[in-house]
Amino acid sequence: MVRPVDATRAARRRKGAPRGRALEPLLWIAPALAAIAFVFGYALYRLVIEATHRDGVGVGLDNLRIVWSDPPFRTAIGHNLRLLVTLPVISGIALLLAVLLFEGLRGWKLHRVALFIPYLLPVPVVGVLFGQFLTLHGQLNSLLDALGLHALALDWLGNPDLALRSLAGVIIWKELGFGVILFLARLLSLSTDPYDAARVDGAGWWRLHWHISLPQLRSIIGFYFVIEGVTLFAWVFNYVYVMTRGGPGDATQVAETYIYDNATTANLPWLAASGAVVLLGGFIALAAVALLVRLALTRRGSAA
Amino acid sequence: MNAGRLAKHSTLWLATLAALIPVYTMVSASLRTQKAFLDSPLGLPTSPTLHGYRAALSDSFPRWLANSMLLTVSSVVVTLVLATLAAWGLSRWEFRLRDTLLSAIVALMVVPPVVLVVPLFLLGVELDLINTFWLVIAIYVGLMLPFSIYLLTSYFRTLPVSLFEAAIVDGATSFGVFRRIALPLSAAPLITLAVVNVLWVWNELLIALVFLQSDDSRTLMAGLTAFQNRYNLDIPVVMAGLSLATLPIVGLYLIGQRWFLRGLVAGSVKGE
Repeated sequence: MVRPVDATRAARRRKGAPRGRALEPLLWIAPALAAIAFVFGYALYRLVIEATHRDGVGVGLDNLRIVWSDPPFRTAIGHNLRLLVTLPVISGIALLLAVLLFEGLRGWKLHRVALFIPYLLPVPVVGVLFGQFLTLHGQLNSLLDALGLHALALDWLGNPDLALRSLAGVIIWKELGFGVILFLARLLSLSTDPYDAARVDGAGWWRLHWHISLPQLRSIIGFYFVIEGVTLFAWVFNYVYVMTRGGPGDATQVAETYIYDNATTANLPWLAASGAVVLLGGFIALAAVALLVRLALTRRGSAA
Repeated sequence: MNAGRLAKHSTLWLATLAALIPVYTMVSASLRTQKAFLDSPLGLPTSPTLHGYRAALSDSFPRWLANSMLLTVSSVVVTLVLATLAAWGLSRWEFRLRDTLLSAIVALMVVPPVVLVVPLFLLGVELDLINTFWLVIAIYVGLMLPFSIYLLTSYFRTLPVSLFEAAIVDGATSFGVFRRIALPLSAAPLITLAVVNVLWVWNELLIALVFLQSDDSRTLMAGLTAFQNRYNLDIPVVMAGLSLATLPIVGLYLIGQRWFLRGLVAGSVKGE
């Protein structure tokens, strides 16, 4: 009877999260930590160095002031912010389509597959495809011509007034399917009882979804908003670089292409690094706001 | 059919057509000749030709494909190994600052890659590592680790502690508990994570463009943008290249739809 007791004691000592010497867990974590320290630690440290120096001379915050008042940088950030306006549009369309699929109309499974296909394509593929699709003599305009809509056959990416909007359209085209699948999965997991009860009470389509579907989708819509917000603010490089390279002129320049251009072709690493610092700062602020909004929403949700 | 139903059906069909037409023109153009394409950009490939695919495959395409595969497999394998070890260290033991460390790692997910590109590129130039895979693999691993560690740590913490206790009673070593008990139970999150990360590396463009500039070291996605300029007078070749670049993803999707969707939802946390 001695051994089991010993074993139990040994087990209790190492129970669950044993308090072991701090050395053992560190051994497990160290390799990953080394990689993270290199990619993030070294890079962020070097970034600050580059952003505060010019030609090897320390200039303090001067570079940041220059980049902040650099008109191309302001234009680029402005375009990022304008792209954020896409958020409610894409969420609204995704929501509508998810609800329609949820109603189980004939052929809804086929529609679901079709709507998801754009999301499967790699972004650079989407970029090259639409770079061709939206040219003056591209597929979209021949389609519009075939439909008799000659007046709508525009130079989608070549016209500076249109290019950013066309870009937003392509992003919506690609990202929509993800929202539809996300919202539909949530709707399908809901109980059908409230819907049946509301129908018995004679509720119409709008009231049904406004009062039953929407409230239950609130947290997942918030999640989608954050994901797409991140995409539109700091991950649009792939779309822009492939389709327009920021042009025509600076019509579609965004923060990422501004940094990329200055780091490569313009060969002004200090300007690129300063732009990156500002972008990172803005991004952290945005992330903090998103977090606060989410917290507020969940608190309200649990209070209700 | 009443008006409401008609409106709903038309909305769905409109969305479906909008989603499919660009993809359709990509595939159909890839199977036609330049002349046929210019005559009617939307036409069906009535007399299909593989000319576009042959041209794409006789160009640098196979090389780029091989580069992408090498980069994807190596960086994802390294990431999974490092992340699994670290997640185990962060979930099995309690130690001072453990949760702070995890939060700090998770917080790194908000750093956009473009921010890291400038300093790492300068380093790459200094160490003469541009156009080599080493630096790119290291960067990919570093960028994938925060999310991977986060996902696996959350998973390990859901495993019942009694399992590990029992194994220790039976005389298992610390590493034995990890290898024989925790790992076999973690197939599902590991596959999900592999899918998320494979998709991310395969589709990554920015780092590939900056660090792999020679034609020989290009990845498929960076190659496609070079391809677009090289063949801007032969659209079918470009479209064939796009179709070829999409094929592996569609294959991955067909093999593991379940993992794929789960992975997308999980992976969406870290963006594109």
